[in-house]
Amino acid sequence: MSIAKSKSGDFLLAVEGLTVSFDGFKAVDDLSFYLDPKEIRVIIGPNGAGKTTVLDLICGKTKATSGSIKFAGKELTKLKEHQIVHSGVGRKFQTPSVFEDLTVFENLEVSYPQGHSVIGALAFKRDAAVIEAVEDVAKTIFLTEALHEPAALLSHGQKQWLEIGMLLIQKPDLLMLDEPVAGMSVAERKKTAELLRVITKDHTVLVIEHDMQFVGDIADRVTVMHQGKVLSEGSIDHVKSDPKVIEVYLGH
Amino acid sequence: MKHSSLMKWFVSREGLYYLALAFLLVVLLPLTLDSFRLNMVGKYLTYAFVAIGLVMCWGKAGILSLGQGVFFGLGGYCMAMFLKLEASTPEATAIQSTPGIPDFMDWNQLTELPWFWEPFHSFSFTLLAVVGVPVLLAFVIGVAMFTRRVGGVYFAIITQAIAAVLTILIIGQQGYTGGVNGITDLQTLMGWDIRTDEARNILYFICVGMLFLCLFAARLVQNRKLGRILVAMNAQEMRVRFSGYDVAAFKIFVFCLAAAFAGIGGALFTLLVGFMSPSFIGIVASIEMVIFCALGGRLSILGAVYGALLVNAAKSGFSESFPELWPFAMGALFIGVVLAFPDGLAGLYKSYVMPLEDKVFKRNKSKAVPVGTSQTAEKADDYSPMANTYSPEKS
Repeated sequence: MSIAKSKSGDFLLAVEGLTVSFDGFKAVDDLSFYLDPKEIRVIIGPNGAGKTTVLDLICGKTKATSGSIKFAGKELTKLKEHQIVHSGVGRKFQTPSVFEDLTVFENLEVSYPQGHSVIGALAFKRDAAVIEAVEDVAKTIFLTEALHEPAALLSHGQKQWLEIGMLLIQKPDLLMLDEPVAGMSVAERKKTAELLRVITKDHTVLVIEHDMQFVGDIADRVTVMHQGKVLSEGSIDHVKSDPKVIEVYLGH
Repeated sequence: MKHSSLMKWFVSREGLYYLALAFLLVVLLPLTLDSFRLNMVGKYLTYAFVAIGLVMCWGKAGILSLGQGVFFGLGGYCMAMFLKLEASTPEATAIQSTPGIPDFMDWNQLTELPWFWEPFHSFSFTLLAVVGVPVLLAFVIGVAMFTRRVGGVYFAIITQAIAAVLTILIIGQQGYTGGVNGITDLQTLMGWDIRTDEARNILYFICVGMLFLCLFAARLVQNRKLGRILVAMNAQEMRVRFSGYDVAAFKIFVFCLAAAFAGIGGALFTLLVGFMSPSFIGIVASIEMVIFCALGGRLSILGAVYGALLVNAAKSGFSESFPELWPFAMGALFIGVVLAFPDGLAGLYKSYVMPLEDKVFKRNKSKAVPVGTSQTAEKADDYSPMANTYSPEKS
C-alpha cells in the first residue's frame, strides 16, 4: 500500500506542510508524512535533524508556526496538551520521566484514563477495574514483581518500560517513543523489541531511534529526516541503500 | 463498617497524632493557661490555617506564594467590616457629623456608607465573603498566572507584589478602609460582646474546631488521587501534562484552597484579637507565614500547626524581653531550617522520633498479634483505612 494510493481518510496521522521556526531557524521545514493505522514507523536522522521537535509538535509541547497535523480526522495544532492526550496520542520522553516518589502501581494509576479533572481526581476511587488494568499493564511491561516498589528503585531500563506502561494504560491509538532503548543493556533491548511487537498489535507507534539494528528489528517503514525535512522514506532496506541517506547519516 | 474503620483510624499512628494535637489544644493549654495567654495561642492558631494552606500549595504542589497575607487579610477585613458596622449604630455614633457610619469614615469626611460596605450588614454574606473574596482573588491570579505557565520564582515575586499593592491600597484609601490604623474598636458579634474573657475562650474553641475541619479537608485532598497529582506535578510537571491532566487547573485549585484556609484564619484572627490592620497582611507578614510552614515542615499539615504555634510563641517570648533582636532570631531560624533540616520539625520527628516509636509499636504488636499477621497490620498503618488503598485481597 503506497502512500499515493491511500485516501487521506485512511491515515491515522496526517502531517502536512508542518513548519516551526525558532527565531528564524526552521527546526522543522514544510514536513509531510502519513501514518497508517497499526503501523510501526521509525524516524531516524542525524543530530539536530528535528526528530524530537516533530514529536513535540504532534503532542502539543511546541506550537507549529504553520501546517497541519490531523489525527483520526481531528486537527491537533489548535488543541492543548491534555486535550491531545485525550484524543488518543501518548508521548514518551527521551529521558525516563516517571514519578520517583510514587510506587509502580501509583505511577500507572495516575495515568489511568479516569478522574483527570480536579473534581474527578478528588472523587477517584481505586476500584476493581483500575486494579485489573494496572496489573494487566504491569505484566506487559515486565514489572509485576515490582508493582509496589517506589519507582525510584527501578533500573534505568525498567523506568523506560514503566513510562511506556504509563502510556499504554491511557489506551492511546498512537504511541510516540523518543529513543526507547537508549542506555539499555543488550538483554533489555531485546525485551523492549519484544514489548513493542506486543504493543503494535493494537497501537500505531512512532519511534525515534538511532540503533539501526533495533530499527531493522521493529520498523514497518522508516522516515529519514535531515535539516527539518524528509530525506528519504520507505522500508529499512530501501533507506539503507539510498545514497542520500548514506551520505548524511549512515556514512560510507 | 464505616464506624469501625473510623475507630481503627483513631488508634492508628496517624490518628494518635491528631488526638495528641487535640489533647494539647482542647485540654492541656486551656487548663494551664490564663484567658489572656489562651487568647494569644488562639491568635497563633489563626496563622496555622495559613501554614496548612502553604503545605498544600508550596510543600506538595511546589507553588511558593509569598503573598498569603493578602488572603489572610481579606478574610480578616471581611469579618472586621461586619463587626465595625455592628459597632457603628446611629445611637453609638450620634456625636459624628454623619451618624451610623464607621468613625474613620466620618473623620475622612465621608457622608455615606460606600457601596461595597453595604452587604456587610448581613452576617451570612460576611461568612460567605470570608472564604469567597480570598478564593475569588486567588482564582483570578491563578488563571492569569498558571494558564500562562508563570511559575517558580516569578510567581513568588508576583504574589509579593500583590501583597505590597494591597497594603498600599488599604493605607492610601483611609476613608474606605481605616488606613494604617486598620479597623479598630470592634465590640460585638450579633449582640455578643467578644471582648470578655468568656467570649474569648469560646472563640478559642471555635478556632480549634475550625482548624481541625481545615486539617481534615487538607488531609482528604492529600490522600486522594488529587494529592498524588499535586506531588507528581511538583516533580514532573511535563509527565503529568502528557498523562492527560490540565496542570493549570490543578494549580489554580490548590492555590484557591490555600487562599480559603488563609481567609478563614484571618476572620478568626479579627474575632480573637478585636481588630484588623494592614500590618498583618503585608510583605513581612506574608514571609513570616512561609517561615511558620517551613519550620513546621513544609510537607506535613500537622507540622505546620506546630510550626505556627512555636514560632509565634518564640516571637512573643523574645519580643517581650528583647524586641529588637527578634527579626535577627527569625532570620537565623529560617536560614537554619533551610540549611540544616529542610523538612522542618516534621522531618526531624520522622528521622529521630519515629524510629523509637517503631520499636514501641513493634513490641506491642508482637505481644498482641501472631507473628504472621503483624507484617500486614503494620503495612495498613502506612495507609489510612479511610482512603481508597490498594489491597491484594480485593482483586
